[in-house]
Amino acid sequence: MNHATATVARYVLVEARRSALPWLAAAGLFGVLAFAGFLSQVAITEAASLQASASAALLRACAVFLIATHVVSSVVREANDKGLELALALPISRPAWYLGKLLGFACAGALIAALFAGPLLAWAKPADLAAWWLALAVETALVAAAALFFASALGQTVSAIAATAGLYLLARSVTAIQAIAGSPLAGDSVRAQVSHWAVEMLALLLPRLDSVTRGDWLLYGAPPAAELAPALAGLGIYVALLAAAGLFDFSRRNL
Amino acid sequence: MTRFFERISARQERPLSAVPRWVLVLLAVALATQLGWQSHRRSAAPGASDLPPAPTAAALRLAAFGETAAFARLAMVWLQAFDSRADNAIPYEALDYARLTAWLRTILALDPRSGYPLFAAARVYAENADTEKARRMLDFVFEEFARDPNARWPALAHAALLAKHRLNDLPLARRYAAALQRQTTEANIPSWARQMEIFILEDMNELAAAKVVLGGLLATGRIRDPEERRFLEGRLKEIQRRQEKPIATPNR
Repeated sequence: MNHATATVARYVLVEARRSALPWLAAAGLFGVLAFAGFLSQVAITEAASLQASASAALLRACAVFLIATHVVSSVVREANDKGLELALALPISRPAWYLGKLLGFACAGALIAALFAGPLLAWAKPADLAAWWLALAVETALVAAAALFFASALGQTVSAIAATAGLYLLARSVTAIQAIAGSPLAGDSVRAQVSHWAVEMLALLLPRLDSVTRGDWLLYGAPPAAELAPALAGLGIYVALLAAAGLFDFSRRNL
Repeated sequence: MTRFFERISARQERPLSAVPRWVLVLLAVALATQLGWQSHRRSAAPGASDLPPAPTAAALRLAAFGETAAFARLAMVWLQAFDSRADNAIPYEALDYARLTAWLRTILALDPRSGYPLFAAARVYAENADTEKARRMLDFVFEEFARDPNARWPALAHAALLAKHRLNDLPLARRYAAALQRQTTEANIPSWARQMEIFILEDMNELAAAKVVLGGLLATGRIRDPEERRFLEGRLKEIQRRQEKPIATPNR
């Protein structure tokens, strides 16, 4: 990693610290824990399990939402304020700037994941929680890469957030969609075959977010390393793909 | 919208040569790795043991966020994928029918006006070669029929036919037929359904009976969905194939 990339990443973290992001993360954490506490009061059994699984699921959604909106708003604001032109007037290459941004946002995501994982220690074993935290950190890095790519390419807040959310939801549900499309009850008509293959093709282009950062890891134990590592490697490959696509688009853009 | 696309298309781009070579290589390698990795990790249809216990109808209603009709149908599409892989010698053979029935009951409670759960129960799950499982599903159809006989009679009519022709249990078939006759009140229900007991007692083979039922359903306009019609016609052909298949005689 060159010096310029590290400098950009550091300033991204400084910007994140000075923005409302830490306060929003703290408010999200407080709200989720309060809601989980309420649920445990009304549950007649498995109150601790309910608290752990509900908190994990909600905090995961919260982390993804916060990082996506933060990345998009930061990139779009910088473009609108002409901060991008100013940065590129300095002796810094476009790839170094882009990768520095990505690294900074990924670090911000990892910090949010750490903040959210901490309180879950009350209900989960440290080893299971460590796997959950690691998976959430990689997941937020992927979301940050997607948000950076869409915000940089589209240049509009709403469309970039919508595209990031669409990609994320599709990646969370593609396995279920594949299973449904592969059912023999769907028939063997040309239409059914076409839709089946379209889903198969789509699945090749998406990461598998449904297999990571699962709340049940905190209840029944995280998967063994031999299972976890390939799942995280799949997300890592996708982060590299999004980064490469973003670098390609950013390098070609005429500012 | 037009302005958005104009803005995108009007964006002047630098030539491809402006992109550093290593970025192009990274893009190609990352894309190839992604395609290779995901094609290697293709997920198969869920197996029988993957079916989780059914939640309560209240929990499912909460998850539906008010869209109960859509959620009930989506849940059915999801449910039917379990243990239905094309490589299964006998589909649904390994499925836990106690769990399956609980799921069907919950989904039906979520949207009682949906015909999907009872259609799947009678036409798909009750046709299991395992008679115990088939009986469990027929019991479920019979139980749920009683809650809304005028809307749910087609499932029980098929259940009566299955009881007669697949389970060879004439008393059970007559019990279903009698319930159908006694509890349905609407005028647009076909006559064969109203006289189901006589229909059951007639010396008619399974194919002929199924043809009468399908014809009756089409004539009364109950089957408007082309997919449902295709599915039922497929089942008729399957019965026909089964009956045409010569019965193997043991070697003497």
